[in-house]
Amino acid sequence: MTTMPNSLRNGPDERGFFGLYGGRFVAETLMPLILELEQAYDDARKDPAFKAELASLSTHYAGRPSALYYAERLTEHCRALTGGKFGAEIWFKREELNHTGSHKINNCLGQILLARRMGKTRIIAETGAGQHGVASATVSARFGLPCVVYMGATDVERQKPNVFRMKLLGAEVNPVTSGAGTLKDAMNEALRDWVTNVADTYYLIGTAAGPHPYPAMVRDFQSVIGTETKEQFHAAKGRLPDAVIACIGGGSNAIGLFHPFLDDPEVAIYGVEAGGHGVDVPNGHAASMTGGRPGVLHGNRTYLLQDGDGQILEGHSISAGLDYPGVGPEHSWLKDTGRVTYVPATDKEALDAFVLCSKLEGIIPALEPSHALAHVLKLAPTMDKDKSIVLCLSGRGDKDVFSVAGYLGETMSEM
Amino acid sequence: MTETRISRRFAAVAAQGRPALVTFVMAGDPDFDTALSIVSALPAAGADVIEIGMPFSDPMADGPAIQAAGLRALHGGQTLVKTIELVRRFRAADAETPIVLMGYYNPIYVYGPERFLTDAKAAGVDGLIVVDLPPEADDELCTPALAAGLNFIRLATPTTDDHRLPRVLANTSGFVYYVSITGITGAAKPDAARVAEAVGRIKRHTSLPVAVGFGVRDAETAREIGRNADGVVVGSAIVQAIAGSLVDGKASPATVAAVTTLVADLARGVAAARAAE
Repeated sequence: MTTMPNSLRNGPDERGFFGLYGGRFVAETLMPLILELEQAYDDARKDPAFKAELASLSTHYAGRPSALYYAERLTEHCRALTGGKFGAEIWFKREELNHTGSHKINNCLGQILLARRMGKTRIIAETGAGQHGVASATVSARFGLPCVVYMGATDVERQKPNVFRMKLLGAEVNPVTSGAGTLKDAMNEALRDWVTNVADTYYLIGTAAGPHPYPAMVRDFQSVIGTETKEQFHAAKGRLPDAVIACIGGGSNAIGLFHPFLDDPEVAIYGVEAGGHGVDVPNGHAASMTGGRPGVLHGNRTYLLQDGDGQILEGHSISAGLDYPGVGPEHSWLKDTGRVTYVPATDKEALDAFVLCSKLEGIIPALEPSHALAHVLKLAPTMDKDKSIVLCLSGRGDKDVFSVAGYLGETMSEM
Repeated sequence: MTETRISRRFAAVAAQGRPALVTFVMAGDPDFDTALSIVSALPAAGADVIEIGMPFSDPMADGPAIQAAGLRALHGGQTLVKTIELVRRFRAADAETPIVLMGYYNPIYVYGPERFLTDAKAAGVDGLIVVDLPPEADDELCTPALAAGLNFIRLATPTTDDHRLPRVLANTSGFVYYVSITGITGAAKPDAARVAEAVGRIKRHTSLPVAVGFGVRDAETAREIGRNADGVVVGSAIVQAIAGSLVDGKASPATVAAVTTLVADLARGVAAARAAE
């Protein structure tokens, strides 16, 4: 007999599964490394000195806690659409204010301390939009370790500012031409590097996916987002928010925001996937949970965009950070249990939200959280005025201004 | 498990005082019919065991040569259904050469593991190598495969230490595939002395034949590695011979011969492996 667990926060099990999802589907060469990593992480998380060092770096290097901000003009905008009758308060958890401009630094600080603790002397990472690559290059510079970032050749071309940042920080950026040259191909190439350089190399995965223990570990390092949100919102309003919402590519900012709220049933939770040209357009989106089905890739079982033969599809999104054909396994489980509602937002909706937020709040968001904001703009007008929604503003939009200019028909000379 | 085509073949080859030549080709590379012609020509050219790759879009453990072979096959319309059909057609003409399907789990998972095992067995498949299914995931496919009468061949690697080796070998059957390097297929040339030491270590834990692969590209390396191994696996060099024979990406009259010439040369290498120095 199956029953709902008492807590939704206890996963994964000892084999790394969240229900059907997760696990350790890796080549034998990597298996001993994965087991070693699991042990090292278990030891580190129980070590007060590890926690203290991470907390200190989070404060003094990354700039935590990040602000919780009431987006008054966006709130008023949504209320005006209802003639002033409805419209929940819209709040931003401002992860874009972190050092390096996104939530990615939270995970990178945790993992670089773990890498150092394990005696690893070389860091590798994959990146899509370049945010995780920049964060990895940053912490590698800070700790004096060489860093190699694998980035799809297509993404190298469309995210030039971040490529230059990584190089400035001393990282080697390797463009990946296999496949379609995007994030999944970069992850394949990082895995090939790792399997070749097992003795000295630490693979710093940027999202809450991959073989166990990465999904749980990345979630733990990102849960600072939700933990702070809970405290800050309580300080501001004396209660819990009514809804929390975040964008989903691999889903690390989202699981970081969601996890501390999973056992609070009065808080509605929304994850927003990249709807691209529309989820009905074949291979025109990157909504793996809305438009995909379970499969096994990159070390874990999860919802994947794939064809009937089990070949992985590329997916499309206006945002290079969301066009991953999979999603973290804990999200797949939270979808099946119904605790989190996953919805798509299209390229166009995200672009409109990007522009609106810039004009009304004086905050240029990254295209990734613009997807979540697009759903907030649908949701807030349906809620009473005494309700509140917290959005994870996971990154800033500086990296996107060139591509957005292109979409809006403006011409800019590139840096 | 009782006697299988794989165990019979390794025993027969051992009786000849030489290691087995295990050859890898990708199903559907560069197209279904040519791949079938290549596979059908392999036994006469000197292949003792045939591994047939199941193409996958994201082959994380493979180097550029086998990645390219998989993409050629997929662009040619190869699917897992057609790969099983290829084996069925081969088996209709060859009742004895062992066939091992090698690839990644996702296409099998999507096909349905039970249905896959039934169809593969019926087509004449003898064993499976699934790169991303370590012993920790035996309930996914390994245990049902053994129950269905298929060998499940595990990879052991330089990172598989003595502590872990028994776990890796526990449900392995047919033979053990020792990966000679830490790395991807077709990469560095293995160090024969270190491989010999590793093979000796594995053989202390199992009575199964041990075949060695990854990085064996020519007859001379096959001879060196085969001195201490029960089998030598060659993959990337063969698919590169196919790639080199193509004209405008398509099979040419030279394609099948490019493979059989190389395989015959490799066969001379393994035949000489145990010859006196």
